[in-house]
Amino acid sequence: MKTNIPDHATASVAFNRDESYVDWHDETLWFVRQKRDRAAMALPEWEDLRETASQIKNHVLSNLDGLLEEFERKAQANGITVHWAVDAQEHNQIVLEIMRGAGAKQLVKSKSMLTEECHLNPFLQKHGVEVIDSDLGERIVQLRGEPPSHIVLPAIHLKKKDIGELFHKYLGTEKGATDPQYLTEAARQHLRETFLTRRVALTGINFAIAETGGFVVCTNEGNADMGAHLADVHIASMGFEKIIPKTEHLGVFLRLLARSATGQPITTYCSHFHRARTGQQMHLIIVDNGRSAQLGRPEFRASLKCIRCGACMNTCPVYRRSGGHSYHNAVAGPIGAILAPNLNMRENADLPFASTLCGSCSNVCPVKIDIDKQLYLWRQVLAKEGYISGVKEAGLQVAAKVLASPTLFKWTFRTGRMVMRTMPFVVGNSLNPWFDDREMPTAPKESFRQWWEKIREKANAEEVKNVEAFEKLK
Amino acid sequence: MKIALFLPCYVDQFYPQVGVATLQLLQKLGCDVDFPLSQTCCGQPMANAGFEHLTQGCNDNFVRAFSGYDYVVAPSGSCVLHIKEHLHSTENEAEALRLRHCVYELSEFLTDILKVESLPARFPHRVGMHVSCHGQRGLKLSQMSELNAPGFSKPGALLAMVEGLELIELDRKDECCGFGGTFCVSEEAVSVKMGNDRIADHLRHGAEYIIGGDVSCLMHFEGLLRRQGSTVKVLHLAEILNSE
Repeated sequence: MKTNIPDHATASVAFNRDESYVDWHDETLWFVRQKRDRAAMALPEWEDLRETASQIKNHVLSNLDGLLEEFERKAQANGITVHWAVDAQEHNQIVLEIMRGAGAKQLVKSKSMLTEECHLNPFLQKHGVEVIDSDLGERIVQLRGEPPSHIVLPAIHLKKKDIGELFHKYLGTEKGATDPQYLTEAARQHLRETFLTRRVALTGINFAIAETGGFVVCTNEGNADMGAHLADVHIASMGFEKIIPKTEHLGVFLRLLARSATGQPITTYCSHFHRARTGQQMHLIIVDNGRSAQLGRPEFRASLKCIRCGACMNTCPVYRRSGGHSYHNAVAGPIGAILAPNLNMRENADLPFASTLCGSCSNVCPVKIDIDKQLYLWRQVLAKEGYISGVKEAGLQVAAKVLASPTLFKWTFRTGRMVMRTMPFVVGNSLNPWFDDREMPTAPKESFRQWWEKIREKANAEEVKNVEAFEKLK
Repeated sequence: MKIALFLPCYVDQFYPQVGVATLQLLQKLGCDVDFPLSQTCCGQPMANAGFEHLTQGCNDNFVRAFSGYDYVVAPSGSCVLHIKEHLHSTENEAEALRLRHCVYELSEFLTDILKVESLPARFPHRVGMHVSCHGQRGLKLSQMSELNAPGFSKPGALLAMVEGLELIELDRKDECCGFGGTFCVSEEAVSVKMGNDRIADHLRHGAEYIIGGDVSCLMHFEGLLRRQGSTVKVLHLAEILNSE
């Protein structure tokens, strides 16, 4: 685990301290899952769309080198400056150099999970650059000094009252105000000022199109557009898996993305960027940051198909009851749990275990990533690489020995049941986490196999008796 | 046909009545059922915890125990799914691969192989059905709510044959119970919350019994219900289908 950062189980205990809050968080996200269901069920071709998107992404992952080079060529021909960053550090450095080149000390940034992954904000702040996140949810968590807890709904862990308090403190709204329209208007005025004064804007990229060298940025607030259109310099950052081959593929992804994310038919603003306007500079940073390593792991490469819709989080019964921060990673939830170990196995070894392997995630995923299978496979990798506690491993080694032997199995369980019947306190105590909130199963006197042996003996005896009787008759 | 009854290890030891009900039900339907005594565990407890490499002993033992049977039937979606996806043998891989294809969860064996159309069962109670994730999303015993696809339910079809049984509707028809193997202790807080939320859904709709095809989910519910002092009981599907 990261130093001082609680693991998922520990963070979940804290999250579950106030049950009414957990219920509210769970129901809020379940509401989004239901909206997604209604949108998905309204399209007869929904499952075909998912399959098509999955195949396009499979094609992309198998032809990344050629597609990326094609994209770079076309983008350069359109006058975009293309940068390649091998890791987060290099990405952040490139952004800083561009800022310095433009003589700017302030950056307005629309939502980009990649910049969260690269920890761009703290890096720039350290170098004297002020960053303002322009997505409302991101601005809220930024003011609170927190990371987003969800990739699509960054402040979903907060209630109206929390936002009211925050805005009172930072934006001068009335004390105790909770009216969403009033609070949003305050944020709007505050951000409007930011858009008008920032000379450099950074946006994420949802889809980069190899065929045209253009890219698409989706926001519901229009904040990416406000930033990019008013700034002298537009920087767009993308993980290298964001590429799609052709413009005609966009329809598939745009239809899936918003429906999966929030249940909307389409994201409010799907803006197509191809070249800088006259007098503007446009920079594009293509980032690896561990993606090549993931691409090289055959069992995990499909995780790179992700289009960051967040549907797996909304449906995940664990995420809904533990909150995004419990995953201590820029991308939380099921998808985060299969991406994070690639970045750092030691720090993220707990995440693939933050799941019951229920499989709901894989089946809402618009690009059909086999998330639950990958969670299982990461567990295997983490165990083999030695990232599981020695106590757990020793216990399971003993279990494996006992369960592989019919004799040991019979003896161990018979003894165990006897102990549970005669000395229930041996298992029913505070050392057993099961017992904290659950009663132990009642240990029966007789197992099924004992019962079976008894009835077989009886049946055999009957048969012997019958045979003997028959013999006598002869 | 030679049918072997395969019981999850903890069912054999802690819920023998589920084994008895499964056996009696199959016999009632005219099956010749054996219980190979050398069977132990499918290996899932180790594998789901990351230690699939420690399960070869269980695998080999499973293949030895069930070798030669036409069908292996278990009252568990989870253990059957594990066998279907992970059974390998160092001694007889061909038999392991054959067994992967002839291992069945009880309800799918009844609907797909025996093609049961009626049952002499009676259970005049309000019942909530908990579908296990491995049974539903893994073995496709019923349609999951995530997909835009026609609905069906193999256990549901069987329950419809039970006289007097009233199946309640749930607000969330297929959310996980939170058991999750070692998850139930390593992530105790979330596991318990998930279980309590599922139970509340059943209670809200007036369930007298919570039933299911996997005892692991039911054991989790039972532990929570008993701690709450609830009178609501858990029963396995086999116990309902075998009731008279």
